[in-house]
Amino acid sequence: MTSIKSYKLSWWKILTIVLLYYSVVGGFLWPVPRLHILNESIRLFYFHFPMWCAMLLLFVISVVSSIKYLRSQKISDDEYAVESAKVGMLFGVLGLLTGMLWGKATWGVFWTNDPKLNNTAISLMIYTAYFVLRSSLNDETQRGRLSAVYNIFAFCVLIPLIFILPRMVDSLHPGNGGNPGFRLFDTSHDMKLVIYTAILAFCLLGWWLTSLLITLKKYKRLRDEIN
Amino acid sequence: MKSIKSILLLFTILCSFQAFCQNDKTVEMADVLRRDGKIYTVVISLVVILTGLVLFLLRVDKKVSVLKDEIEKRM
Repeated sequence: MTSIKSYKLSWWKILTIVLLYYSVVGGFLWPVPRLHILNESIRLFYFHFPMWCAMLLLFVISVVSSIKYLRSQKISDDEYAVESAKVGMLFGVLGLLTGMLWGKATWGVFWTNDPKLNNTAISLMIYTAYFVLRSSLNDETQRGRLSAVYNIFAFCVLIPLIFILPRMVDSLHPGNGGNPGFRLFDTSHDMKLVIYTAILAFCLLGWWLTSLLITLKKYKRLRDEIN
Repeated sequence: MKSIKSILLLFTILCSFQAFCQNDKTVEMADVLRRDGKIYTVVISLVVILTGLVLFLLRVDKKVSVLKDEIEKRM
């Protein structure tokens, strides 16, 4: 508690906390559409979907930073790329877990042989390989360059795998294969009260975690340069 | 003939009102949980978990900003 005077919480961090509480409390207390099969598990929509939104935002930040690194060769861009990929990966895994729980509640199984599910798992495995690649290279410049190129490839593969291919085939997952997607829930104005704030809350939370990791990495590097 | 047609039309329209009788209560929801007030237990326990996580996050945030200030001072 030594430097409590100099510690000031940014407005967007306070907003994140407020929106998170709002999403949790409102998500459980406020009315939702009464639908067969889904019953109360429709409330998982407030958490499962924002996980993917946050993951996508962070992977976009990651790929943009990778492209910037290839042009500028500045190590700070490489740091942005890897830390946002890390937190994006976390949200992706959380999205998969919440999806599995939701699937158990509605479909009766944790996993199915479904294109969207399989493709998402594959995309996350491709991003896992990104971290494996980084840890296998010692030279900073080489690591930055190779992992930046791989990051661009991973992102360019993720988009068609997760968003395009599942819509072209039969799928059980909402939004694909002829199932109504966002619109299934969008018909209810009750749900609009929470879902937008939940998306914003988790995106901001993802950015907060990323900024913490980036700051740690950057100032460790600067401290090592001073010493 | 015209009156028979109009009666038939009226009859079919009146039959359509049956569709609006679909009662909300036929879909099972956590109404019992809400009636007993136990929904608040669910919400409060989630708020407690969230508070724990938020406090941890704030603590880490403060430590990182302290580190940042220290190194900025030394530079």
